[in-house]
Amino acid sequence: MLMYRKEGLAKLAAKVEGFVGEKLLSKEEKTQYFQFSVRAHDAKPLLRFLKEDPELGFTYFIDLCGADYLKYPQPMPERFAVITTLMSPSLGVKAQVRAFVPGGDARIASVSDLFPAADWTEREVWDMYGVEFTGHPDLKRILLPDDYEGHPLRKDYPLRGRGERSSFPVYHAVPAGQAPKD
Amino acid sequence: MGLSDTLNDLITTRLSFAINWARSNSVWPMPFGTACCGIEMMAAFMPKYDASRFGSEVLKFSPRQSDLLIVSGRIALKMMPVLQRIWEQMPEPKWCISMGACASSGGVFDTYALIQGVDQFIPVDAYMPGCPPRPEAFVDALMAVQAKARKGLAKSNDFVSTDMAADPAQSSLSRSPDAYYPSPSGPPRGR
Repeated sequence: MLMYRKEGLAKLAAKVEGFVGEKLLSKEEKTQYFQFSVRAHDAKPLLRFLKEDPELGFTYFIDLCGADYLKYPQPMPERFAVITTLMSPSLGVKAQVRAFVPGGDARIASVSDLFPAADWTEREVWDMYGVEFTGHPDLKRILLPDDYEGHPLRKDYPLRGRGERSSFPVYHAVPAGQAPKD
Repeated sequence: MGLSDTLNDLITTRLSFAINWARSNSVWPMPFGTACCGIEMMAAFMPKYDASRFGSEVLKFSPRQSDLLIVSGRIALKMMPVLQRIWEQMPEPKWCISMGACASSGGVFDTYALIQGVDQFIPVDAYMPGCPPRPEAFVDALMAVQAKARKGLAKSNDFVSTDMAADPAQSSLSRSPDAYYPSPSGPPRGR
């Protein structure tokens, strides 16, 4: 279990603000961690900085998930977001990087070379949201069938699907005597 | 006409009766438990409810040695080809129980990912309501299947899979599991 140390938060905020500068869209203090919002192309340098800076040491990858802000009440910089959560065992805090990905050209640099654990979570975000991770070694669907069309967690995807369930051979009743005999 | 023909008819009739009686009292189930209904199904096989009273204690995890498919739990889109392949591997006569709300109608999961009733894809002999059903309901369904077996009835007799009828070479039985998922196509893969 992570031992939370409050002084680590101030250090994290100061170092990240110094690294990212005016490209930082927002900085929110959450429960025992900071969330930094950046554009998609600024995310990977920031994650690399968080991991490789000797004073920060965010070496522990917790999670990577997607979000679709279509129909969101507040205006957002872009439609999609890819949210990466890291932990620093030496600093005693967590950090979250929210990278905003445009809806028209949904692609972002893969971080699976920095954090090998991001491989499958990036495949899941591709599967569900259709965000393409450039540089990913094997970007294919992880949960849904390979021939599935569409990305069902997008907010414009119909809740009940688009008729995927009718793509199997269906058993039909045949009149008695016409069933094939073997 | 003659005594031998009469005897022949008589003996044939009694033989089918005997076979149906034997079949109805040795229905070997193939459990397909994918959710909480599977836990109730296990309870039904345990000593308190004791499915061996009905000759169904032999749980066969090989479809080729079983007579009764128990679909207990929700079936996802990706699972349905597997379930159909299992069903087609079972030797006839065969019966199917759709256990619980999810297997029968999709239950509360009316989403893109879930099959809304396995009876769209495999013939079902007995439906069991409940979420999950009690083991008593399972015993009731098992007895319903036994009653059908005693009469020589099975819903699979009246059904034929469309792909099997159109081209046996393309049926699910002759396809390898990889063939269910053709080569990836569609949006760019980012490679």
